[in-house]
Amino acid sequence: MNRLLEPLADLGHVVLSALARLGLVGRFFLGILAVLWLPIRRFSLLVREVYFSGFRSLLIVTVSGLFVGMVLAVQGYEVLQRFGSAESLGVLVALSLVRELGPVVTALLFAGRAGSATTAEIGLMQATDQIAAMDMMAVNPMARIIAPRFLAAVVSVPILACLFISAGIFGSYLVGVQLIGIDEGAFWSQMQASVDFRLDVINGLIKAVVFGVAIGLISVFEGYYAPPTAEGVSSATTRTVVVSSLAVLMLDFVLTVWMFRGLS
Amino acid sequence: MTSNANPALVRLEAVHFAYDERPILRGLDLTIAKGEVVAVMGGSGSGKTTLLGLIGGRLLPQSGAVMVDGKNVPTLKRAELYRLRAKLGMLFQFGALFTDLSVFDNIAFPYREQTNLPEPMIRDLVLMKLEAVGLRGAAELMPAQLSGGMARRVALARAVALDPMLMLYDEPFTGLDPISTGIVARLIRRLNDAFGLTSLVVTHDLDSSLKIADRVVVISEGTVYRDLTPEEVRETDDAFVRQFADGLPDGPVPFHYPAPPFIDQLVGRHEQAS
Amino acid sequence: MKRSKYDLAVGLFVAFGLMSLVFLALKVGNLAGYDSGDGYRIEARFDNIGGLKVRAAVKSAGVVVGRVEAIVLDPETYEAKTVLRLDPRYRFSKDTIASILTSGLLGEQYVNLEVGGDSVYLGNGDRVVKTQPAMILEKLIGQFLYNKAAENTGSK
Repeated sequence: MNRLLEPLADLGHVVLSALARLGLVGRFFLGILAVLWLPIRRFSLLVREVYFSGFRSLLIVTVSGLFVGMVLAVQGYEVLQRFGSAESLGVLVALSLVRELGPVVTALLFAGRAGSATTAEIGLMQATDQIAAMDMMAVNPMARIIAPRFLAAVVSVPILACLFISAGIFGSYLVGVQLIGIDEGAFWSQMQASVDFRLDVINGLIKAVVFGVAIGLISVFEGYYAPPTAEGVSSATTRTVVVSSLAVLMLDFVLTVWMFRGLS
Repeated sequence: MTSNANPALVRLEAVHFAYDERPILRGLDLTIAKGEVVAVMGGSGSGKTTLLGLIGGRLLPQSGAVMVDGKNVPTLKRAELYRLRAKLGMLFQFGALFTDLSVFDNIAFPYREQTNLPEPMIRDLVLMKLEAVGLRGAAELMPAQLSGGMARRVALARAVALDPMLMLYDEPFTGLDPISTGIVARLIRRLNDAFGLTSLVVTHDLDSSLKIADRVVVISEGTVYRDLTPEEVRETDDAFVRQFADGLPDGPVPFHYPAPPFIDQLVGRHEQAS
Repeated sequence: MKRSKYDLAVGLFVAFGLMSLVFLALKVGNLAGYDSGDGYRIEARFDNIGGLKVRAAVKSAGVVVGRVEAIVLDPETYEAKTVLRLDPRYRFSKDTIASILTSGLLGEQYVNLEVGGDSVYLGNGDRVVKTQPAMILEKLIGQFLYNKAAENTGSK
């Protein structure tokens, strides 16, 4: 009897602890929001974190964008030319980048490049008592350490997404127009005619902001609650990447359904 | 015993504390008078470090009062707690220096965060503190470049930066060579007397404690087991204190973690519920 | 010093971001065009809109002059009621004909406005009276076959 019920009890335990963790994340999030004024008032704190998470991700994001755009151009052309509408390549590339690939791939790259680093840094600060020391010096670590890193992610991801999309479109221009020889005028004008600034670009940026919030929250949370051991910090870092990626993809689905319902 | 001469700065009354279900402190009473250096000793896991957490307000007791400078710490709101902590200095076990800041910036940190002093004045103050711990020449080094003893001294300089009234030391001698241990011990005493501080040193290094402390408090089973002067410690024949003083492996503090009889486990008579 | 290094790098970073946003707005998107949010709305009813979607282009002489803002079915007449938002720079006469055309053989469908000769212009909330529904390929083929059949029986 006991043996039979054991898996069920395990499942219940897993669900309960997952829910408890979610509640903890929620409380932690509110805690961050309550002290978010500090990195805004003391701007240099924010600038430093944007440097480490945003500026340092610049290269990987733009280079990835360039190549994603180039690949899209090759694959898109391959399909479009069968229907004799190769000039629509610009539309295809721009819409895929602006609406989906830009925010999503940027967020995934950011989680791997900057989110994991943030988790490791905060986890180590926790393990070496640096956060406790700050707390004992009557300096609130939530405001001084956590909030700037969270806000930096929220600021950086949309900026990086813009750069990723621009680099991608430039890449597809290089391949489509310069290499394959699609008419340049058609490439740009068709793109302009079907990419709407508010509905496509702004929605894409809203996605990027939401992803930034998710990654920022997950990476500081995992770091803050990482067990103070080498193993604890390393598994927290891994978890940041895994959980962030899943969160980004799930949020993307929800946001896409919400933003583009009823549209083609 | 100097506890009656001066008013009490720290007073713990019937403090109970447990991590989850595991009781650590069971009705502990302890009074520390202004100006004293008190060494708290006890085996690992006896609740020495917990004591510091309670005084600093990082841990909350299940019951009992923790009075620091006339305020009951567990009842303070965050802002009041921070106002109190601004008057406390704490030296963490391994220094807990901010690894992304240089030695200079580490010591400047409390001034920059807590005061509005102009940068030139901060610079002078930092150099003064560094001079006091003999590391003015190391100002531009990063914490990773320091030896354990140097890091501990820098952390000490940072902890006393804002001239606290109470200094808390968590295992200040752990992992130091004998020379560094001596330096840190002497610094603790000298800073205490020079700046009129009160110091609580949690340690298991009896030799160093005896050199610098006014009182040695031995904790066991979650309460104060003995409260002695250094002279009394040297002369006592209490088995528990002797074990500490002489570093004996077995005695009242058992060598073995509680376990079922070994022979039972070997032959599998005792079934473990795992 | 250290701080100014961060400031410079982050300043550059944000500037790059803004530049690419401007690129997205002007070169990729159509912010420079008509779609600034304002404009006036006219209504057009069609028997059948085919595959017309919300946000499809409204063109006149091939130039984009507006967007389809809403499509609903009128529950009484069973006509498709569309709301078109037009660029205030362009004005169209009262007897303008609205039709649904397809760009290319398989392209997107859009609303075409063909200007008439009336001297009175359409204003906000006005309705285009003359409309032509979308051409449905199946219907067209059906009609063609029917005509052919009729021709054949007629000639026999």
